[in-house]
Amino acid sequence: MPVFEYAPAPESRAIANLKDHYKPFVDGEFVDGTGEPLKTINPATEEVLAEVGTASKSDVDIAVKAARKAYTSVWSKMPGTERAKYLFRIARLIQERSRELAVLESLDNGKPIKESRDSDVPTAAAHFFYHAGWADKLEYAGYGANPKPLGVAGQIIPWNFPLLMLAWKIAPALATGNTVVLKPAETTPLTALVFAEICQQAELPPGVVNILPGAGDIGASIVEHSGIDKIAFTGSTEVGKAIQRQVAGTAKKLTLELGGKAANIVFEDAPLDQAIDGIVNGIFFNQGHVCCAGSRLLVQESVADEVLEKLRYRVSTLRIGDPLDKNTDIGAINSAEQLAKIRGLVESGDAEGAQRWTSPCPVPDRGFFFAPTVFADVHQSMRIAREEIFGPVLSVLTFRTPDEAVAKANNTPYGLSAGIWTEKGSRILWMANQLRAGVVWANTFNRFDPAAPFGGYQESGFGREGGRTGLEAYLSV
Amino acid sequence: MSDSTAKQSDRISVAKTYKLYIGGKFPRSESGRVYPVTGPKGKFLANAAHASRKDVRDAVVAARKAFPGWSSATAYNRGQVLYRVAEVLEGRRDQFAAEVSASEGLSAKKAEAVVDAAIDRWVWYAGWTDKIASVLGSANPVAGPYFSFTVPEPTGVVGILAPQQSSLLGLVSVLAPVLATGSTAVVVSSAERPLPAITLSEVLATSDVPGGVANILTGHAAELGPWLASHGDVNALDPTGASPADRPGLAREAANTVKRVLTVPETEPDWTAAPDLSRLRRYLEAKTVWHPLGV
Amino acid sequence: MTATTSTSAAPVTPAPLADATRDDASLRRFLLGLPGVDQVGVEQRAAALGTRSIKKDAKRWAIDTAISMVDLTTLEGADTRGKVRALAAKAVRPDPERQDTPRVAAVCVYPDLVATAVEALKGSGVHVASVATGFPAGRTSREIKLADTKIAVDAGAHEVDMVIDRGAFLEGRYMAVFEEIQAIKAACGDAHLKVILETGELATYDNVRRASWLALLAGGDFIKTSTGKVSPAATLPVTHIMLQAVHDWHGQTGELRGVKPAGGIRTTKDAIKYLVAVHEVAGEQWLTPDLFRFGASSLLNDLLLQRRTQVDGHYSGPDYVTVD
Repeated sequence: MPVFEYAPAPESRAIANLKDHYKPFVDGEFVDGTGEPLKTINPATEEVLAEVGTASKSDVDIAVKAARKAYTSVWSKMPGTERAKYLFRIARLIQERSRELAVLESLDNGKPIKESRDSDVPTAAAHFFYHAGWADKLEYAGYGANPKPLGVAGQIIPWNFPLLMLAWKIAPALATGNTVVLKPAETTPLTALVFAEICQQAELPPGVVNILPGAGDIGASIVEHSGIDKIAFTGSTEVGKAIQRQVAGTAKKLTLELGGKAANIVFEDAPLDQAIDGIVNGIFFNQGHVCCAGSRLLVQESVADEVLEKLRYRVSTLRIGDPLDKNTDIGAINSAEQLAKIRGLVESGDAEGAQRWTSPCPVPDRGFFFAPTVFADVHQSMRIAREEIFGPVLSVLTFRTPDEAVAKANNTPYGLSAGIWTEKGSRILWMANQLRAGVVWANTFNRFDPAAPFGGYQESGFGREGGRTGLEAYLSV
Repeated sequence: MSDSTAKQSDRISVAKTYKLYIGGKFPRSESGRVYPVTGPKGKFLANAAHASRKDVRDAVVAARKAFPGWSSATAYNRGQVLYRVAEVLEGRRDQFAAEVSASEGLSAKKAEAVVDAAIDRWVWYAGWTDKIASVLGSANPVAGPYFSFTVPEPTGVVGILAPQQSSLLGLVSVLAPVLATGSTAVVVSSAERPLPAITLSEVLATSDVPGGVANILTGHAAELGPWLASHGDVNALDPTGASPADRPGLAREAANTVKRVLTVPETEPDWTAAPDLSRLRRYLEAKTVWHPLGV
Repeated sequence: MTATTSTSAAPVTPAPLADATRDDASLRRFLLGLPGVDQVGVEQRAAALGTRSIKKDAKRWAIDTAISMVDLTTLEGADTRGKVRALAAKAVRPDPERQDTPRVAAVCVYPDLVATAVEALKGSGVHVASVATGFPAGRTSREIKLADTKIAVDAGAHEVDMVIDRGAFLEGRYMAVFEEIQAIKAACGDAHLKVILETGELATYDNVRRASWLALLAGGDFIKTSTGKVSPAATLPVTHIMLQAVHDWHGQTGELRGVKPAGGIRTTKDAIKYLVAVHEVAGEQWLTPDLFRFGASSLLNDLLLQRRTQVDGHYSGPDYVTVD
């Protein structure tokens, strides 16, 4: 039997220009934060990558003041045509430094280089490019003749797509004329701080963008700061609820993009081989650290066995390992804490009687890794069918009729995304009407584009990011 | 310094031959004709190629050939390509300022302001490629179990008689919207002020705009306009650069193939005024799609 | 190389699929009932696998494996015995200065030149493949197609590359296509049958899947993308669908059938993308000349150049590989 072993093809770590120390970015300068410095680690090796200065509560105050000053004296007065050109510059600088950003992202986050290279970084650039074009066209966006910005936006982003989530937040905020104070996630601050360098290279006026690394307490300080007009948060539903309670009764405008437990629904007449790819992409993309991941597979009973068999074969070809290796399909789980959470939920699946299958692929000894896992015989009553696992774990349920598929898919407090696989067009559109989810993908999954609004129903949050619709989150309308 | 200045002025400059821009190449007119271009005070500037009926024919063929690729490129891709044009325009800012100044008799400062406005205009239209459908398209709430939506699509090959006065800003203002929609263009430049148009074609050729998407002919609107207006493979006509007396005749010719003919003001407008969507809308066809809903 | 599939002259459809070919209506129902292929999805998957980075030892292994899978082909009106003998010499010793270079799988010629090729390749282990059945259009009578096949087989061809009747396929006369493949298979005797689908004329991926299953049902040992005379010839997504078909065929019947992309594969980089697809779509056991071939001519020299680059540690040039 011939063996086709792919030799390691690692991207050079040197490309990331990794530094020993990174600092918060306030009012156009890198400053020594007065918070306790944090050490950010490479989740694939558990080694420290760099020390990062963090903000304290007083730094939040300084940053908000800088953002306010930049808002009133420069940014809100600047014609849209000129704001646009700054955003175009940022888009181009991200494109130019894309390789560096991709490698750094993979080091800090653990995601495979092919995803940071082909997805995260180019899409981040695309968000700036797209929103640059809106900066001088806001009167056409459908919010009246002269829609006004809100002021200073406080933005808190998660660790799963560090640079991309930054782009989703900062690009529309700046395009509409707001200034921002952004907190990257505690475990993934590095690309945000290289982005700060890009703001300097673009000669963005000081104070328009401020970046404050830190933990949840800094996020809370931003949320409660009286100088902030708008909070945008992407993260867990639990924290989202706390934020909503905190801003309740204030004038702050709020948008939340929270968790999900998406149903990916496969009918018997689906293009099966592509459905298999879509299922794999839906749950194993970014190690399953995706709020809109297709974590509940609903398969029509008549094809369930065939789908499971094809799925297991396909999943067994996935390569898990060094995130910097260009052939890695599944990288590292972002943190020990997240890995423990995934393990806990998988154990609950075993205990509740679901049938576990784990890919036989070799898993590295060191670092935070979890082999792709598929649970069959899952029922709505099990924890692995209800709770967001946020890892490479798929729960497979079955259904008999379209109505039953809809009932099961909607039977969740979440409502971020859903997938439909069938070659029948009228069924796609009927299903899309019935599903209570902010994004419905048909015969594809996990598609993102700056021109397409994204966001959830119910406990998956409110507000949309992207497209004409997404501008509303940053306009006083 | 005075030495080198003296040397500078002694040097004989290398003069450029201005040619047409068709299908991504720079041919001379097939007719072999040229005409002298002079500044406002009569100073000879260059010989411009004097495009003929057959050059129009070749340019339309090139524009039609380029249409499937350009119109089916993603809007994001078209936006990036058009933005690249603005970047290259910016790099040639001084050259354009000198040519606009020579062609239009403007002071250096005013010419620079015109060039800046032209670059910003191009950027404005570049940003529309991936937004126009969300502004002009719709989901139609029809009274039945159907999903119905309407999307704007590019009309096809557009013939443009470019403004006669505003040699760069006017040209950019009429060409950029055509390209932004995904249509392709055959442009007849200002007859008396064609040099910035040819330099713009060099910008287009060295950006990422595919050959044939924009074709620029130097010549006379009165001579070439009727050929564009009557051409069976041209879908729309912008008669801005035609004399008001010629426009009714062009419109009648265009009617024979039901071309979209832009309504343009009697006299050339102030191109520095902020544009609106009208030039984009004219080159878009609304397509409505119906599909049933059901299990 | 030994046959891994049944070589009996009268192919029998495996039991699980016997119903499919019972009559015209059954065959039609079966083929139209195959799951659809989503174009965007299959093209994305092919492109994604195309980004696999094959380096160092893996690359050397892939280059040698690819060389051993080449059906070195000349199918020109201007072909002569001299040209075929030159090609045969190249097939046996692709790189005369590097004796460890593997020989290719087969030399592929028109039926009238089979005898020349057989003579030139005697004892070398390199097979002789012949196109037949009115290649490339196939627009001729059944009698002539059978006679064409017989000429090739009688002259000693080990492998026959037939073309299907695309006209009949596009008309929906699937049974006519099926029976013709069966008849040619019977005429092949011990020779292996490769069935050329001419995917560039079938136009849709759904058709490629149906034609693949049709050819497998009819007993084709290999399914082959193209004649090389129609554009597009082999593409990665089309080859993906065919590899998926042989994988699924194996799952249902236990039989191993092969795939041959032909035409348009000119570089080592491309060839390696195909090998990655073979590896990950069909499976590891298809990584053998018994089950995967490249129909190509200029590909071989690029493989040899890249092989030298890998072995020597510096780039080589076209004057260091032989041109015939």
